[in-house]
Amino acid sequence: MTLKKSLFAVAATGAMLLSSAVSADDKITIGVSYPTPTHAWAAGMNWHAEQAEKRLEALYPDVDLVLVNSPDPGAQASAIEDLVSVNQIDALVVLPFESEPLTDPVLNVKKTGALITVVDRGLSQPGIEDIYVAGNNPELGRVSAQYMKTRLKEGDNIVVLRGIPTLIDNERFDAFMAEIEGSGINVLDHKHANWNRDDGFEVMQDFLSRFPDIDAVWAQDDDIAIGVVAALKQAGRDGDGMFVVGGAGMKETIKSIMDGDELIPVDVLYPPSMIATAMDVTVNAFKSNGPVAGRYILGATLITPENAADFYFPDSPF
Amino acid sequence: MAETTAGETKNSRLRNFDFKTMGPAIALLILCIIGFSLNSAFLSEGNITNLLTRSAFIGIIAVGATFVITAGGIDLSVGSMAAVIAGIMIIVMNNAVETLGTGVATVLLGCGCSVILGLGAGWVNGFLTTKGKIEAFIVTLGTMGIFRSLVTYFADGGTLSLDFDLRGTYRPVYYEAFFGLPIPVWVFIIVSIAGWILLNRTAFGRYCTAIGSNEAVARYSAIKVDRIKTWTYVIQGLCVALATIIYVPRLGSASSSTGVLWELEAIAAVIIGGTVLKGGYGRIGGTILGALILTTIGNILNFTDMISNYLNGTMQGLIIIVAVWLQRADWGRKSSKE
Repeated sequence: MTLKKSLFAVAATGAMLLSSAVSADDKITIGVSYPTPTHAWAAGMNWHAEQAEKRLEALYPDVDLVLVNSPDPGAQASAIEDLVSVNQIDALVVLPFESEPLTDPVLNVKKTGALITVVDRGLSQPGIEDIYVAGNNPELGRVSAQYMKTRLKEGDNIVVLRGIPTLIDNERFDAFMAEIEGSGINVLDHKHANWNRDDGFEVMQDFLSRFPDIDAVWAQDDDIAIGVVAALKQAGRDGDGMFVVGGAGMKETIKSIMDGDELIPVDVLYPPSMIATAMDVTVNAFKSNGPVAGRYILGATLITPENAADFYFPDSPF
Repeated sequence: MAETTAGETKNSRLRNFDFKTMGPAIALLILCIIGFSLNSAFLSEGNITNLLTRSAFIGIIAVGATFVITAGGIDLSVGSMAAVIAGIMIIVMNNAVETLGTGVATVLLGCGCSVILGLGAGWVNGFLTTKGKIEAFIVTLGTMGIFRSLVTYFADGGTLSLDFDLRGTYRPVYYEAFFGLPIPVWVFIIVSIAGWILLNRTAFGRYCTAIGSNEAVARYSAIKVDRIKTWTYVIQGLCVALATIIYVPRLGSASSSTGVLWELEAIAAVIIGGTVLKGGYGRIGGTILGALILTTIGNILNFTDMISNYLNGTMQGLIIIVAVWLQRADWGRKSSKE
């Protein structure tokens, strides 16, 4: 094991020497590492990463983007090591599976002198990344609550369907509740629907049985919202100005917003395309004459019928 | 005086009988009382209908699981199997729209496809377990992973959605009622009755029990053990196919998150119902009650905000353990000794 490790270290050092030699011939290699898509949002991210690869490589012939996805944190750590040793990357764009186990592997890449861009999930040690690109979870909650306030008046009732119990869910929910507070809108109850259509359907069915008067639903997520809408239609309570606010930016949802759906009139963006933003910024670090290092926190844009077309990607799986 | 003794014996006999066989029914009754006391809307027609319809998926799968478990096997692949069957059904129906249109024919094609896939997947599990001589736990753990990743692959990591017009044709299968009961509930009832007859009134059912209690003895008794065991997995596959046929019209979609953990819910329903996990004794009636209990717990937790959301799993776990404890502990024997 130790022999293997030291052999690997020798190989890696060799690779590093090589990489400095290779960069002399002006080819910029950028590794892009993210989890294997196993749910719709991640599949969308995969699609956007592939699109950005095609676009950027066509734009800059001397840029080579290498996309790698990995099924678990261990595999991702190995994939990142391979990007350094095999592809001799000049920059790494990484959406870490989990913060803890990937901090060291990314730090090792940093030591080779490569530029580091971290997407969505931060590393557990500050200062490793040169560029950070992420969506804004608290803002997603806040924007949703602000929209609720424009549509509802004092004494109106809403129910909240939350995601999987995680930090992300808490950030969204706490910001939503903070913004709703003092508006006089009653949050009747909140339950976890695990970012899942089936759970969204069942939780909403139970909310409908339990509360005779619901004026709006915050579903937080487009998948949950689909379940919620099915439950509302089943119970025949989809009229009377009832509306559902989801989140993320699923293409079907955006399409129906474009078509003027009244049940889901808006959506709040938490885009899987943020990986493309990160790739753009990273390439710009080599191409732009302006500085690019820093933190890019994307807005949680409210998608309405007016701007929906800008966020509609019919070919994406999400 | 004589009357009271008679009353007491009757009482203890009742208790003896009650907890062993009626345990699940009592647990369900207690749950319903709790639900009603929390909110009277619990017993509203709408909620009861929702509960029964929701139980149908797990219930139908659990009826199949009762056979597998009674014969001493286990099937961990049912949740993933449901997901992959749903996915392939949707793909087949979407592709058939051009040739067959959006009518009943396409839906029937999808359903037929589902049944064939279910039977086939069940047969593969059974064949590998019996002829392949691999433990059922390992075989179905393997197929669980295979089915789950296949649906992810077919959906390109995203969600497979049924053609919108076709959804209109297929939708009534989940949402429409027939003599006051939604169609999924009817399917559940028919599957339950068929399952009960098969397990309790046929040679096949007795063979399952015999194999589950002692496979070697069953073999010496000239029971075709491999064939019977394979059949239990085929029945399980058929049940999964039927559950999928009523699941797809609900939301018209399948993804990698479809049917996650259904296998454990189905197994829990079977065990709550009084079937013995190591085989040799099975009860269809209990399984049905087990499925209802599981769905009711989830429903009740949605009806109250007294319990932190984070503790939902704790409540479910406690109730499962208590429900099984009620029927396993030596209640009857102790009271009869006294």
